[in-house]
Amino acid sequence: MSGLLQPPVEPSGALPAEPAGSAGSLGMTTGYLGATAATAVAAASRAKPTATVWRLLLRRTAFWVGAGIVLFWIVCAIFGHAFAPYSPLTQQLLFTNAAPSSAHWFGTDGLGRDVLSRVITGSRDILIITPLATILGTILGTILGLAMGYFGGVFDLIAGRIVEAFLALPIVIIAFLFIVALGPSTGTLIIVIGLVFTPLIARTVRAAAQVERQQDYVAASRLFGEGPVRVMFSEILPNVVPAILVEFTVRLGYAIFAVATLSFLGFGITPPTPDWGADIYANYIGLLSGYWWQTLFPALAIASLVIAVILIADSIEQVLAS
Amino acid sequence: MATFLLRRLGLMILTLWILSLIVFFAGQILPGDPARATLGPFAAPSAVKALDAQLGVNRPLLTRYLSWIGGLLHGNLGTSYEYRSAVEPFVRAALINSIKLALLAFVIVVPLAIIGGVIAALYAGRAADRVISVAGLALSTVPEFVSGVVLIVIFGVELKVLPVTASAGANASDFQQFRHLILPAIPLVLVLFGYIARMARAGTIEALNSDYTRTAILKGLPRWTAIRRHVLRNSLLPTITVIATQTGYLIGGLVVVETLFNYQGLGNLIFQAAVHKDFAMLEAGVLIIGAVYVLATLIADLLLTWLNPRLRLGGAE
Repeated sequence: MSGLLQPPVEPSGALPAEPAGSAGSLGMTTGYLGATAATAVAAASRAKPTATVWRLLLRRTAFWVGAGIVLFWIVCAIFGHAFAPYSPLTQQLLFTNAAPSSAHWFGTDGLGRDVLSRVITGSRDILIITPLATILGTILGTILGLAMGYFGGVFDLIAGRIVEAFLALPIVIIAFLFIVALGPSTGTLIIVIGLVFTPLIARTVRAAAQVERQQDYVAASRLFGEGPVRVMFSEILPNVVPAILVEFTVRLGYAIFAVATLSFLGFGITPPTPDWGADIYANYIGLLSGYWWQTLFPALAIASLVIAVILIADSIEQVLAS
Repeated sequence: MATFLLRRLGLMILTLWILSLIVFFAGQILPGDPARATLGPFAAPSAVKALDAQLGVNRPLLTRYLSWIGGLLHGNLGTSYEYRSAVEPFVRAALINSIKLALLAFVIVVPLAIIGGVIAALYAGRAADRVISVAGLALSTVPEFVSGVVLIVIFGVELKVLPVTASAGANASDFQQFRHLILPAIPLVLVLFGYIARMARAGTIEALNSDYTRTAILKGLPRWTAIRRHVLRNSLLPTITVIATQTGYLIGGLVVVETLFNYQGLGNLIFQAAVHKDFAMLEAGVLIIGAVYVLATLIADLLLTWLNPRLRLGGAE
């Protein structure tokens, strides 16, 4: 993004200019007034029709690579149980901790389960939880952010403080506090991660909505007698959609980060269901005995998925901001 | 200037207070009876009741909140349900350990990330920029335990050059302890690099596009002199904010690294407290992290005000 595109700094003690992509992840944030780039995206992409965006997107190698990897894992999640060489749950107790071989390409784990099969089928739960959680967080965050940006004043101040207080804690810690309370389940994970993402997304949407509010069309529609809800959702929302889209894809990457981390800590997907994070936790002690294949392959699976999502997110941001 | 500081201080106290509410009530909705959890399923109901009374968990919610917050204001962090002794020594020891690890990560990441960000900005849109920006963003989304596992496999298991546990033992020398902390610090460095580099890049690009830089170039200053004197001075200011706010993450987000490398820090303390339902310990640990974050933000604000004459002389706010 070019600095020229950036709207004026907001008049407050906090500093501006945080790239949209980096707008706070696991509790990492800059001051509450951030996400200037998101507004740049919003401003730059206003005149761009969807077809053009797609055409530009498909020209990018990074987008193709990212989309290819994500598609691969989606296929594994849906059909993995059909084409995995073994059942991910079958234990061969005479064949534990076996190194990679032609029979077991990725070796076997401490219970003699085939690591390749567990890596293939382990994509399912994480690919169900993360999109749903991100969608939930995006919807709630958009509503909150629009309201904060539109109304401003005391409402913005109070909501802003609450958002800030949540941002002071690393997401993983808030999430596991609530998961300990509610008990780990797929539903809990979706709700908790969605709620934890809400303030982060609200912050971006608020910044974008504040810029939009200054535009003439908003004043015009208010003079026309449109109520606040209508102005927010029919007038402002369509113009901040690009910023929300960028935020959504980046957030998706962090949702994978969060779910994998919670599973690793034992607060996410529970054994024996194959899951990358939980499998790494179950086997990382084996690293000391040299059984690297039990943890390395699930680790590479997680890394490939998050990097793929980030490649897509970055492509979208580049296209929208160009 | 004074009103600006007072305002920041007021906002900080407000944030801390809301944080204490969140932490306290999150702790209260956790299921299970602390006395029952401590004494085990076979303890007599009368013993459970007595311990509940001793721990004070059978009092009304508001009373408990007020006595908890009152204790905090007097520097009393509460009594651990699990160890039945004051939480404070545990939290203090863990905090010191975490600070050591966090400090090492900072010392490595800050110069690297600033250099990376500035290079990306100077070559904005070109290959070097794309590589630094995308790699930084991608690395910041790879969970620490994933990069940690890869590092352990490479340096601990295959090359055998670095120890794979974070604690060197009680009577290890400082140098040995330092060697043990290198591997755990790298996953933190990888996650932080992307954030700080992105901020340094954005700040530098903004300064490069400014009128004062254009003036400096037009009046014939050599490119590097202009960059050094005019661009970097201004561009690194916002980076300070992002570095400061990462402290909160560093102290808290250590949960994963400290678990993977078996290190007795604050993250590990909170994790263990959550597993054992030791609410007093959990609340104290989480609140400390929040306080560190809020404090770091305030320090960043003060530092910025001091470094930036426009803010110091009351132009802003």
